[in-house]
Amino acid sequence: MSGFRLYWRLIGASIRAQMQYRASFWMHSVAHLVDTGLEFLAIWALFARFRQVLGWTLPEVAFFYGTINIAFSIADAFNRGFDLFGQKVRSGDFDLILIRPRSTALQIAAQELRLMRVGRLSQSCVVFGWASWKLNVLWSPEWCLLLLWTLLGTVALFYALFVLQATLAFWTTETLEVVNAVTYGGVEAGQYPIALYRPWLREFLTYGVPIACVNYYPILALLGKPDPLGAPLWVGWLSPLAGMAFLGVALFAWELGVRHYRSTGS
Amino acid sequence: MSQIVVEGLTKTYQIAEREPGPWGAVRGLFRRRYRRVVAVRDVSFSVESGELIGYVGPNGAGKSTTIKILAGILVPDSGRCRVLGRVPWRERVAHTARIGVVFGQRTQLWWDLPVIESFELLRDIYRVPETVYRKHRDELVDRLELSPLLDTPVRQLSLGQRMRCDLAAALLHGPAVLFLDEPTIGLDAASKLAVRDFLWEINRERNVTILLTTHDMDDIEALCSRVIVIADGEVFYDGSLEGLRARVTNERRLIVDLEDPGLPLRVEGAVEIQREGHRRVLSFDPTKTPTPLLIADVTAKYPVRDLFVENPPIEEIVAQLYRDRER
Repeated sequence: MSGFRLYWRLIGASIRAQMQYRASFWMHSVAHLVDTGLEFLAIWALFARFRQVLGWTLPEVAFFYGTINIAFSIADAFNRGFDLFGQKVRSGDFDLILIRPRSTALQIAAQELRLMRVGRLSQSCVVFGWASWKLNVLWSPEWCLLLLWTLLGTVALFYALFVLQATLAFWTTETLEVVNAVTYGGVEAGQYPIALYRPWLREFLTYGVPIACVNYYPILALLGKPDPLGAPLWVGWLSPLAGMAFLGVALFAWELGVRHYRSTGS
Repeated sequence: MSQIVVEGLTKTYQIAEREPGPWGAVRGLFRRRYRRVVAVRDVSFSVESGELIGYVGPNGAGKSTTIKILAGILVPDSGRCRVLGRVPWRERVAHTARIGVVFGQRTQLWWDLPVIESFELLRDIYRVPETVYRKHRDELVDRLELSPLLDTPVRQLSLGQRMRCDLAAALLHGPAVLFLDEPTIGLDAASKLAVRDFLWEINRERNVTILLTTHDMDDIEALCSRVIVIADGEVFYDGSLEGLRARVTNERRLIVDLEDPGLPLRVEGAVEIQREGHRRVLSFDPTKTPTPLLIADVTAKYPVRDLFVENPPIEEIVAQLYRDRER
């Protein structure tokens, strides 16, 4: 069985395992929906007062909010294995992964699909739908392609951050909140156009952790809105690649981590 | 050709030491102090196909480290090692496809899924062809009496049941070599016997080479023709169980059940070391006092209900070995 098929086979098994706890699934999903719904309410309240912020309207910001949260909730749903990875290293259960003839990253990634994350996903889909309707988007084939490409890049970027966070567990037993701050801060930051931010933060979000590349630039292209910062619209077709590249870097770091673990056994 | 060859294997761990006090953690972020602990030092042995070997030693002696290196989990600092012709840590994926590993304290089964689903997932992970999988599965289910357990979620199994399932899981892909780290730990007597019988069978009938670590000397006595004893990371005995005994002591024990519980038992060339009701335990050295002569002597002097000769328990032998070594 190929790695790809095995991945979905293991994900399927994790779903069957979760189905043993149906009540818990529904309660968590609803709680999650309410929780993230409140977040958008705060943005709405802001715009209800000011109508628009520095040339950005509520539907435009809602479009940012919707896309980044759709991507984040997908990445987050697939992230269980890396999320709990520190525990696996400390308990020594990572050894059980190493004795199987398959890639370690594949096995960890396929550990569990968290279905309860549909709460956040459906909420962001609603916001996204509303924004698209308000903005009269075209739904042409190339528009949809760019949307898909944008989401893919964003999912890859967030997943890369999760992998990096897990990788740190190979070197330290402390939980490093730094990466969490970047991940969750990144989601927050990506909910607004980076044009609203100070230059240093914009640079960090473009060249450091390239959230703007998978979010701001392609969304400008999707909305057909000229960049107030002056970048041409075609940039948005290329920049989601940065998310893929970031994931590549993260997986490389992961392999270094595994090598470190196997030589120190800690 | 030997299936497992280990030469001069050495592995050191670096353990980060945290300085005490509230500033210790902060200081630790910048400057770490490490303590070096030698887990295994210059360990060498080789194993032929079909051997069943007990790997014995106190806690922290380096047993698990050796197993982890042989299983391809850890990379040693120095030394050479080949299992089935491969260097375990260099070709992890190819290597692990040909071996089976069981950790007594952990399960590789899926906690919330029925046992049979775990088996099917492992079939796909190990790329076992369906026909081969069926053959192995049916045989293992039959030998380990797993059929009533197959539809039970793993979390509902008792420890003994789980261990039987874990043994099957480690053998579904038909490995030629099986490593077991404490396979009987925490099991009740019946489960221990079941595990031992099974290991004995697959070793004899399927010619699976087995290396197991254990604290339970009964495991060793029941199963292993060869014992490797390790302490402080170094091998200091490798050979037969009888040889291990002979190296420490020639002592044998004659257990006598007397007709009259009140009588003291005194014979030449043997010392009474235990007295309990009708039973007397005599300790003697058969090279000085031949066993037949001693028995003849005892039965001539006392009315005897029953008597038999025993070796001192292997726990005592190994404990004595460690004491001798420390001296």
